[in-house]
Amino acid sequence: MEIIRFEHVTKTYPLYHHFFSGLKNFIFNIPSAMKQLRSSGFTALKDLSFTIQEGESVAFIGRNGAGKSTLLGLIAGVLKPTSGTIRVSKRVSPLLELGGGFHPELSGLENIQLNGVLMGLSRKQVAAKIDEIVAFSELGEFIHEPIRSYSSGMNARLGFSVIAHLEPELLLIDEVLAVGDASFQKKCFAKIKEFKARGVSVVLVSHNSSDIEMVCNRVIWIENHKILMDGPTAEVLPHYIKAMT
Amino acid sequence: MTPAHLYDLIYELLKKELKVRYKRLVLGYLWSIASPLMYAGLYYLVFYKILKVSTENYPLFLVSSLFPWQWMTNTIMIAPSTYIGNASLIKKTLFPRYLIPVVVAIQDALHYLVSIPVIILFVYIFHGTFSWHWIFGIPALVVVQFTIASSLNLLFATLTVFFRDLERFLQIGIMFLFYMTPVLYSETKIPDNYQWLIIYHPIAPLIINWRTLFMNGTIRGDYLISSLAWGVLLLSLAQFAYRKLSWRFAEVL
Repeated sequence: MEIIRFEHVTKTYPLYHHFFSGLKNFIFNIPSAMKQLRSSGFTALKDLSFTIQEGESVAFIGRNGAGKSTLLGLIAGVLKPTSGTIRVSKRVSPLLELGGGFHPELSGLENIQLNGVLMGLSRKQVAAKIDEIVAFSELGEFIHEPIRSYSSGMNARLGFSVIAHLEPELLLIDEVLAVGDASFQKKCFAKIKEFKARGVSVVLVSHNSSDIEMVCNRVIWIENHKILMDGPTAEVLPHYIKAMT
Repeated sequence: MTPAHLYDLIYELLKKELKVRYKRLVLGYLWSIASPLMYAGLYYLVFYKILKVSTENYPLFLVSSLFPWQWMTNTIMIAPSTYIGNASLIKKTLFPRYLIPVVVAIQDALHYLVSIPVIILFVYIFHGTFSWHWIFGIPALVVVQFTIASSLNLLFATLTVFFRDLERFLQIGIMFLFYMTPVLYSETKIPDNYQWLIIYHPIAPLIINWRTLFMNGTIRGDYLISSLAWGVLLLSLAQFAYRKLSWRFAEVL
């Protein structure tokens, strides 16, 4: 069964600095400002079509600015396509950025409660899992401190610990596993393997080829806002590494 | 989205807003009472003691109109940061975005509710009228004011994402509205040929009703209907703007 289908998806961003250059210009030149807004735009993804089947684990690779994060945003439903259609048939647990949706003034524990509910759990479910989440994060007493005092690694631990205890059907991960230390990374990959064994699909954006080899059986290479190559990891990855060096 | 999960979301978001707002303040929740009281003290000094406003029972007059006015301004003034201050939440997680303004408005309403005993204390000290009408009047005015306040928050929060200059306009606009609303002075001071305008004013009928409710135990029906009409109008306007623009939040923030 296919879980993600993209058909001729194009995403353009209006160049908002025309807006933000101020109300003054906008109000005094409404016709030309509107025209400018319509015509100028930045194309992040151009006419993309692909499908991902259940149980597949796919990595998106490509240069910075190629459109990978936009792609994840579209799959997660946070962004809407400019044209084309997107169908995602599973409940998505987006991990677009570790600690995304965390509030710096709240403690680790309070953030787990908020994040869990935002990710679709009920308060009861979060309460039932919270001890497990805290234990997994290995943050100890720091769990009661506001997370503005956390290091980026500790932030990543907290973020992944929440995700690891959700029941995702589709996991989106945006180059976030690089920040943790080696032992925590190992734990993360063990967890991802566990998810995969349960039939959860993983979509990963990463620049680390060993991560990709470990997690994904298929790689889609985005170049110039289009798909350049799409195939098994062993086929696409060597081409990509060669092109990058 | 099930109603149970909607409730959980509002609960957690409200908890977050309350915690974040008072996290580093020593006096914490006391501020919701202390700050309108301090304003009342200031205006009492300036208008009663220095400018010698001749309004009867001025302390009670001030408190009964200034407290609801403070509630209204707080909800409007926080609008520009309602979405902008929650950018990471909006870019990275998926939940109905209108919930943030709703939660912000609920928070300010709660602060007003806990300050009502202070108003009642003033009624007692300054010989106002305790009235059975409060039982119906207070909830009715709370509901109407909540509708107006939350709609204005949703509207301005949505628009400020795209036009950040709006924040500056809002600061001046609120100041303007404050002096154009009978908060510090009685509506009877408004010249006769402008009296007919009061009923079309977005906030004045509400504030006048709050004051007469606490001072005399009465509510004017035509003013209540006017406020209700403003509530419905602003709510539809805010919803329209939200529907048109909310899908772009994650791009722009």
